[in-house]
Amino acid sequence: MTTSPVLAIENLSLALPSMADRPFAIQNLSLSIAAGETLCVVGESGSGKSLTALATIGLLPRAVRPAGGAIRLAGRDLLGLPERDMQDVRGREIGMIFQEPMTSLNPVMRVHDQIAETFEAHGALDRRGRAERTLELIQEVGLPDPAAIARAYPHELSGGQRQRVMIAMALAMEPKLIIADEPTTALDVTTQAQILKLIDALRKKHGTAVLFITHDFGVVAEIADRVAVLQHGIMVEEGTAEAVLRNPQHDYTKRLLAAVPSLIPPPPKDLAGAPKAFQVRDLSKTYKGRGFFRRGREVHAADGVSFDIQRGETLGLVGESGSGKSTVGRCVMRLIEPDAGSIRIGDLSIRELSQAQFRPMRRRIQMVFQDPFASLNPRRTVGRIIAEGPIAQGVPKKEALATAARLLDLVGLNDNATDRYPHEFSGGQRQRIGIARALALEPDVLVADEPVSALDVSVQAQILALMQDLQKRLGLAILFVTHDLRVAAQMCDRIAVMQRGKIVELQTTAALFRDPQHAYTKALLAAVPGGREVGSALPTA
Amino acid sequence: MTFFRRFASNRGALVGLAVLLLILAAALAATTLYPASPWRMVSRPFLAPLALERFPLGTDALGRDVAAGLMHGARVSLAIGLVSTLAALLVGVPLGAAAGYFGGLVDDLCMRFTELFQTVPSFALAIVIVAILQPSIASIVLAIALVSWPPVTRLVRGEVLSLRSRDYVQAAVTLGQRTPSIILRQILPNTVAPIIVMASLMVASAILLESSLSFLGLGDPNMMTWGYMVGAGRTRLIDAWWISFFPGLAIFLTVLALNLVGEGLSDALNPRLARGGRP
Repeated sequence: MTTSPVLAIENLSLALPSMADRPFAIQNLSLSIAAGETLCVVGESGSGKSLTALATIGLLPRAVRPAGGAIRLAGRDLLGLPERDMQDVRGREIGMIFQEPMTSLNPVMRVHDQIAETFEAHGALDRRGRAERTLELIQEVGLPDPAAIARAYPHELSGGQRQRVMIAMALAMEPKLIIADEPTTALDVTTQAQILKLIDALRKKHGTAVLFITHDFGVVAEIADRVAVLQHGIMVEEGTAEAVLRNPQHDYTKRLLAAVPSLIPPPPKDLAGAPKAFQVRDLSKTYKGRGFFRRGREVHAADGVSFDIQRGETLGLVGESGSGKSTVGRCVMRLIEPDAGSIRIGDLSIRELSQAQFRPMRRRIQMVFQDPFASLNPRRTVGRIIAEGPIAQGVPKKEALATAARLLDLVGLNDNATDRYPHEFSGGQRQRIGIARALALEPDVLVADEPVSALDVSVQAQILALMQDLQKRLGLAILFVTHDLRVAAQMCDRIAVMQRGKIVELQTTAALFRDPQHAYTKALLAAVPGGREVGSALPTA
Repeated sequence: MTFFRRFASNRGALVGLAVLLLILAAALAATTLYPASPWRMVSRPFLAPLALERFPLGTDALGRDVAAGLMHGARVSLAIGLVSTLAALLVGVPLGAAAGYFGGLVDDLCMRFTELFQTVPSFALAIVIVAILQPSIASIVLAIALVSWPPVTRLVRGEVLSLRSRDYVQAAVTLGQRTPSIILRQILPNTVAPIIVMASLMVASAILLESSLSFLGLGDPNMMTWGYMVGAGRTRLIDAWWISFFPGLAIFLTVLALNLVGEGLSDALNPRLARGGRP
């Protein structure tokens, strides 16, 4: 069916401004997509995959300039097009779906008006025609009760529903090409699976070409016909999805694929006889909305949550956004005060202590945070950041700084890092610093709140291996909060699945993946993109 | 790019800084160049600028040297601007930090108290305070500080509110650091940039406020100030324009320079917010 491609990118180079870390964002990139075909552009952060999408739709940041090549849409070069013509191309010939459904819809406009706006911009249809077509589109993207959705404002819709509205907008003018820039990254897995199915079905029905930007090989396995792998702006491999996933040729592709954690858990550790390190019983936390005249909405973020963790064991706390898993993580740290329940570290019950009494005991339970860019104070040196804990607990400053140097070595960083500031480090290195900070107090229990979800896959694998290695050496009990079942499969000895504040299933990892009991667990497992076909066991550190 | 490079790339800010340094130099040189009191009558009244070489800016209605008044006035203006701004920061920063960090009832109390001051017209309040306490350097500084701290509190509260939920602040809590040390070491250093920018603009408005008070005759009677000079010359504005014009120009230049510097600081401290192109 490939007579002439819908989109042909020929020898495209994009020049970066002079102070950037490399001269070209994209170098000599050539791609083509035929009608009805999905091409996935895969790469880690900084690979230039998003700039490829922005160049195609003519929305490059001003600092980035095309330095050669052509982007042909049905034969016409878009790079030379004046802004006025490009505006007509956008929407009519190219539809775009962005990553964040929360921010890409106008919050003060009804859904109907947002979709109809696309028709207005291109002078298509009359008032009645627009209204009818809008309702058809809403129906086509699988939203229930189109008339009600059309009248709704974006905040009244869930993330998945908003992304469906975005897709409806992209489809409105029946474009030849749809660009989807990480359209499911901000969504929960079950929603992600639905959206991927929808995009795929619409592509088949309308014969649209799809340029799909993603970092996730699982998603690639679900949706791609062909795959292009980008590394530092250079395409290192291109081929059919089958060929690239099964039989990757380039080293970089092989490395990326090897870093995707498998859904098949490794053989279980022997934890027989290990003492109980951490115990949580009937932990509850309810958020009450503050209403002026009426009682606000109540949300049970944690509802009778109980679990134990043995020394040297990792318990996974898995769930989608809003399931309450992060609330539990913060409640056991007493960053949020729980409403009820007991928390015991070894023999010490910490719930009854006042914050001041708990302060000296805090060294026994420490936390690793999600975002390595937000969890380190930008104005303190790395050495100080790590030494802060011991200093707060009364260790002399000099001694604490010496400990910091030793810990940096332990987490695999050079000890000359002590005098540098966080911004000089990459995301993975910062997460190592965050781990070192948590370990500086020699805790019994480590709470890790999505510690790798902000990292690229290859870095993610290293951090996970580091955490496992440290656990083995230090006998840590780890509460591992994550939304990613692949990571959980590789990291955890047992997994607790949370839904709406309750633990609906708690099993050993092997049993959970072999024979899930609860319907929600089954749905979660079925929704993991790529399923068991993609991924490999974690390398050891 | 370093902070200084970014600051220097803003031409307006450099000009502002140069003007400010010039005024500072004038203030420092005042006692050396004009050791005598600027209140002393040294020549004929209403001497036009450059009419006599000794008095390049002329003399006023009582035969006082305008140039001497200008240079001595610079000291008072700059000193009052700086001291009252510092005093305002001393009140505003702790109050804002407490309101932002503790939230809830503390926040409500602090902010209602702040609003109490914000609802009163600031210039009227300043006049009343100075009038009650008798005009003097101390009462003027107090009055200016009292009317200019509320915006600082609001700014600091907002910054602290957004910073306190950051992970690195939460991390400090989990490490067992005490609340005062969390506020002082983790949070406040990260609010310094906007505070500096605001302070530079506050110095400018303090100078304006002081000039306005002096213009109305509420200045320190022992200090020669720019506002007083403008006020004293206003009745002869047509035939002896220089008496009001030069101090007026000095106020204008100082305030403009401070605003330029403030804007330059703002751009240099927040490189991501600086103007120029899509993000």
